[in-house]
Amino acid sequence: MRMPTALFAAASACALAAPLHAKTLEVAAGDGAQARLQEALILARPGDVVQLGAGRFALTDGLSLDVKGVTVRGMGMDATVLDFTGQKGAGEGLLVTSDDVTLREFAVENARGDGIKSKGADNIVYYRVRVTWTGGPNEKNGAYGIYPVSSTGVLVDGCKVSGASDAGIYVGQSKAITVRYNYVENNVAGIEIENSRDALVTGNLVTRNTGGILVFDLPNLPVMGGGNTVIEGNSVIDNDTPNFAPKGNIVAGVPRGTGIMVMANDGVTVIGNTLTNHATAHITVVAYPRSYEDQRYNPYPRNISLGYNTYIGGGDAPDFPGGAQLAKAFGGSLPPVMWDGLGGAQALLPNADVKVLNLNLPSQGANPTLAKPAVLEFASPPMIVVPGNVGAPAALEARITR
Amino acid sequence: MKWLAAAALVAALSVGAQAVPSAGVSVAAITADGYPATLSEYGFFTDGARQVPAPGVTPYRVQTPLWSDGADKLRFVYVPGGQKARAQGDGLIDLPVGSALVKTFKMGGKLIETRVLLHRADGWVGLPYLWNSEQTEARLVLAGARLPLTTPDGQAIDYAVPNKNQCKECHVAGDAFTPIGPKARNLSADWLAAFHKAGKLDAVPAVARRVPLWEDRATVPVADAARGWLDANCAHCHKADGAASNSGLYLGWEVTDRAALGIGKRPVAAGRGAGNLDFDVVPGDPDHSILTYRMASLEGGVAMPELGRASVDPAGQAIVRAWIAAMR
Repeated sequence: MRMPTALFAAASACALAAPLHAKTLEVAAGDGAQARLQEALILARPGDVVQLGAGRFALTDGLSLDVKGVTVRGMGMDATVLDFTGQKGAGEGLLVTSDDVTLREFAVENARGDGIKSKGADNIVYYRVRVTWTGGPNEKNGAYGIYPVSSTGVLVDGCKVSGASDAGIYVGQSKAITVRYNYVENNVAGIEIENSRDALVTGNLVTRNTGGILVFDLPNLPVMGGGNTVIEGNSVIDNDTPNFAPKGNIVAGVPRGTGIMVMANDGVTVIGNTLTNHATAHITVVAYPRSYEDQRYNPYPRNISLGYNTYIGGGDAPDFPGGAQLAKAFGGSLPPVMWDGLGGAQALLPNADVKVLNLNLPSQGANPTLAKPAVLEFASPPMIVVPGNVGAPAALEARITR
Repeated sequence: MKWLAAAALVAALSVGAQAVPSAGVSVAAITADGYPATLSEYGFFTDGARQVPAPGVTPYRVQTPLWSDGADKLRFVYVPGGQKARAQGDGLIDLPVGSALVKTFKMGGKLIETRVLLHRADGWVGLPYLWNSEQTEARLVLAGARLPLTTPDGQAIDYAVPNKNQCKECHVAGDAFTPIGPKARNLSADWLAAFHKAGKLDAVPAVARRVPLWEDRATVPVADAARGWLDANCAHCHKADGAASNSGLYLGWEVTDRAALGIGKRPVAAGRGAGNLDFDVVPGDPDHSILTYRMASLEGGVAMPELGRASVDPAGQAIVRAWIAAMR
């Protein structure tokens, strides 16, 4: 029998995606859920689906998955709940350390540390997953809701995170990243892209966090040099929750009422976003503000491109010392964009009419009291910056069907 | 029955072919795919309850151990007959395929669990076995277990037997599963010499700087004792190819970079684990160092190490505090 070439190709593609022996391991909620679920996660083979039933799984310890190519699937982010309220140990609710994993349609509640962490887990998909700390903002909540780190190929799509005492969705030290269509509310940072490259953050609803979307690069980490990132078409609304991060963490310094904040990155495009009522600033672009010892590290923002965004309200109650007087001096509200003035002529590349408050700090790490604020007005676009390739590989998107 | 006996004979012969008498140890149980359901299937002990090792199974200890709620730990190494481990400088001794590392945890005079590391053709595998109350057998607990115990200090704890994945969380280097304890620098010169003399190790490795014996911590330089403790208790994750690589905090014996050791280093993804403190280690000030704060915690998400303890190590805490206090 001759198989048509196209059909043959399709068949072999299927074989790659799901080995023939792939099976479904069903795990129901109820007695012994901890051991039954953890055992399924251990005994699963590449290509298998661990299917979680509807209901509440009462868990006493962290769970982990270390098998490549496994899908963990629930009956929906409200129907299947992994409840870690009684968790005794481990640093997160669910830990994934293998490649090509898909997590979809379940919830993680009240993890003691992070909600779901995937480390060194390339090509991971989080789809319609919910991570919630049910008591609302509290510094005792876990740091990160969805936490992929040290990975290439990350897609976070249609997820919902609230209550994280650091960032709702945090992608660190990774590349080829898409974070889209998520709803992040009541976290310190809604979405944070840190020490990462080639990220696309789009179509998210980011509201009632302390700061909406952060793009940071920090020193003394194995992966640095963050950049080539696009923040496009997000609704960043009323991020006005008082900062509840434990002191010592970098996000503890994010002022309440920050829409989008870019720190020490190279090549970030912010375009087509709607930003509403950010009392400090809709967009902040700054150098890393602290002292550091790391010769590999560049603390300045470079090539931060500001396209057309819609700014509504805001700048009327800046959350930093002297903020109220400053707003008053500018007629009651500050311009939509705030820049610390560091990084030179290539720091900011505004491509749309926009007013920028330049703090004119004398040097990196300088005390903010040395600021000499002045307004910069950009009237005509000096240049159009087209970002390079960003986002997760298409194969990740192909794993989820809408 | 006859068939089984024949199979056993064949197995014995295949080992015997290497001109070394068969031990009680089943190399097949170590190397075959799958997860033996009971500890006795390996034949590591002639008397499991009393932890009497079978021929070819050698007890050892490490200079400074990982602290596990004060449990006594009995360690054994097995190298298949006719084969030798290879010395690799002061690092891990390279155990051939078919080797096993066996560690039994004992508390209040009772055997709690035995963890085995098995070197198979496609790499190492770690499996946890939980002893029954009669102390006659230990059974595989792939998903781990929790059990109420009282520590030697009299604390009631919810003791955790790790699950199979958690074994790997500590035993990972890059993508590979690897042993942690039997590094030449963490083994005594006498033991290494005896292991070599017994024909199990190709050479006695040269060790320039050996981790001090934990019992000597009051008499050796405090920095050596503390760094030995950090190496044994933290560095399996806190190393450049470990589970905590993304933290940039590396606590191995060989590390010299001050920022990597946490000195003046700010936390990255610690969340409330930072305890409202600014730096991992503040020289001269253990009370304001995140390192000691997390060592003293029992709270999930704060406590370090994350796995393997349900109480605080008082001696470890004291030595690390003394190290930081003396630091300039």
